[in-house]
Amino acid sequence: MFEGIANLIEKAGWPRIIIALFLLSLFVIAPFVNISIGTSISDTLVRFAMNSVLVLSLVPMVQSGCGLNFGMQLGVIAGLIGAVTSIELGVTGLAGFLTAIGIAIPFAAILGFFYGLLLNRVKGDEMVVATYVGFSSVAFMSMMWLLLPYKSPNMIWGYGGSGLRTTISVEGYWLGVLNNFLSIRIGNFFFPTGTILFFALIALLVWSFFKTKLGTAMTAAGSNPVYAKAAGVNVDRMRILSVVISTVIAAVGILVYEQSFGFIQLYMAPLLMAFPAVAALLLGGASVSKASMGNVIIGAFLFQGILTMTPSVMNNLIKSDMSEVIRIIVSNGMIVYALTRRTKVRK
Amino acid sequence: MKDQSLTRAKNPLVRFVISNAVPILFVILLIFAVPLSGFSTDYLLNEIITRLGRNSFLVISLLIPVMAGMGLNFGIVLGAMAGQIGLIFMLDWGVVGIPGIVLAMLIGTPIAILLGMLAGMILNRAKGREMVTSMILGFFINGIYQLTILYGMGSVIPIASDKLLLPRGYGVRNAIDLISIRKALDNMWSIEISGVSIPLGVFAIIAALCIFVFWFTRTKLGQDMRAVGQDMQVAATAGINVDRTRTLSIIISTVLACYGQIIFLQNIGTINTYNSHDQVGTFAIAALLIGGASVAKATIPNVFIGITLFHLTFIVAPRAGKELLGQAQIGEFFRVFVSYGIIAISLALYAWRRQVEKETERRQAKAAIKAAVEDGTGG
Repeated sequence: MFEGIANLIEKAGWPRIIIALFLLSLFVIAPFVNISIGTSISDTLVRFAMNSVLVLSLVPMVQSGCGLNFGMQLGVIAGLIGAVTSIELGVTGLAGFLTAIGIAIPFAAILGFFYGLLLNRVKGDEMVVATYVGFSSVAFMSMMWLLLPYKSPNMIWGYGGSGLRTTISVEGYWLGVLNNFLSIRIGNFFFPTGTILFFALIALLVWSFFKTKLGTAMTAAGSNPVYAKAAGVNVDRMRILSVVISTVIAAVGILVYEQSFGFIQLYMAPLLMAFPAVAALLLGGASVSKASMGNVIIGAFLFQGILTMTPSVMNNLIKSDMSEVIRIIVSNGMIVYALTRRTKVRK
Repeated sequence: MKDQSLTRAKNPLVRFVISNAVPILFVILLIFAVPLSGFSTDYLLNEIITRLGRNSFLVISLLIPVMAGMGLNFGIVLGAMAGQIGLIFMLDWGVVGIPGIVLAMLIGTPIAILLGMLAGMILNRAKGREMVTSMILGFFINGIYQLTILYGMGSVIPIASDKLLLPRGYGVRNAIDLISIRKALDNMWSIEISGVSIPLGVFAIIAALCIFVFWFTRTKLGQDMRAVGQDMQVAATAGINVDRTRTLSIIISTVLACYGQIIFLQNIGTINTYNSHDQVGTFAIAALLIGGASVAKATIPNVFIGITLFHLTFIVAPRAGKELLGQAQIGEFFRVFVSYGIIAISLALYAWRRQVEKETERRQAKAAIKAAVEDGTGG
């Protein structure tokens, strides 16, 4: 019995257990401080759904041995280009959303390809290089948002007549196209069926991809490059492919995020976007070199659960909002923990 | 391989250009940007002197971990936070001027040592990915710092002064005035030469630090660090306690960064309690790299060349952007892009070079074995 528990703790890792217990206690306290459980759960679900695809986007790169994709911002940028272009074209509803995806994917694929080439040159140092590639690309695009010749009056600054605004509302275009699709609303409980189905679809695609021959080769390239090479796998090509897939999913992910959030955030807003996603994946049980769909789902749920629950519970409990600080500590603590864990040899 | 043959180029001029590509690139950039900005030479000279005095200490704090093979220590933000905590207490106790600065340093030192020990321990568990770990560790400790300052101070940790606390009674305000120590070090001993004021006191401190670093590399500990930086395994067989040496290098770096941040802030004159330390690591590292340093080698000249070039770019970029494209904001983004971009490029180039070297080594070893085998069968 005790051995079983000890084994479970060993398997899950202390930080994960502490955070899961913390979240559980928040849900237990909630009714006593006049917070409706229904609202809390549906808020958590909405946030889970809007972030899930971004978290999922990290998996291919982890699997192929490229590490945690701190350069996720590249994909995010491609997604943003898709978003503003689709608004510029004035396409609304689901068609607008699909247009945005359609425009974003080629950009993401091209950026991902070059990003992959770069990461192949810096094996072993992917993560730190990726971080700064992500940062600098966000700063570069900030200049571009000012210069690109977008014209839609809904997007550019009122005065001057040029340069995109920092936040652009997607209301009237494709706000909630996925969230409201087949959604269920009972009182103040809301279930974003469409977004969750969309996430499930992409997750299924990625999952089945890793079951194919190509996907297995990619995993092999990640877990043992020397062996994979001996078995005739082109490791470098697998890595580039994984980076392209990750970047494309990240581009789609930010669009999913925006249709739920309601705004496109430009300029320096995407700067730190990779970190919460990485933290969520690690919280779900992934390591620097191994991640699964289960890790994505559990991690995104736990992480978003904490982000949703702490502000409301803490506010009512101690009359002060500590959520931002808790978010910083939990997410970065989780990443530090994962980076310091020695990768165990798998049997 | 191409890369290697280039670094071994015969022509000394070519070799110089290649090994100093980054600073040369910036000099060229500035040759165009400085006239475009329209600033006077006097103004620029004044600014550069001020910024050298303000930033040198922080950038120098990066040198020792590089020597110990731990790369660029993004964790100097830990030291910066320790320095800020020292300043907050100093303000609360009402000590002013030079004694105030000394007091802030005295309070900051033990905190910086503790944080440095923690960072050293964590980085020893993350060998091979020190840089990314030290960066995230900075974010993590920033969370703890905010928790302490925003919720702990005034409630658990006694802070008497109302001027420091938020109206709700606990937590430190967002911006605190450092009027009581503003430019205390700068004005301690400064001279003016034809309109350019030079804070000799600060430069004397920086010179002393340079001498310290120079002396340190020649001590037993400094030599150990260099050995560890070269090859951890060899150092361990030679009887050096690798983990301890690495931790010490991070502790020294953190403590120096603590002092560096105090010097920086006494010049600025205000603390943004929750942001002042944010970019310390990025800017210091970008400056050092622009000065021609790499992940494995950084010297004192790199520090001063780097700060001059980096901050000159900083000063002129917004104005040049405005003149060139009609928008000052582009220049702002440009300098952010430059600081992040230069770090990305330098890190990537270094990693690439190392990968190429490793591959060459392997190929040579393979060829040697093959030759030996052929020799054996042939003879």
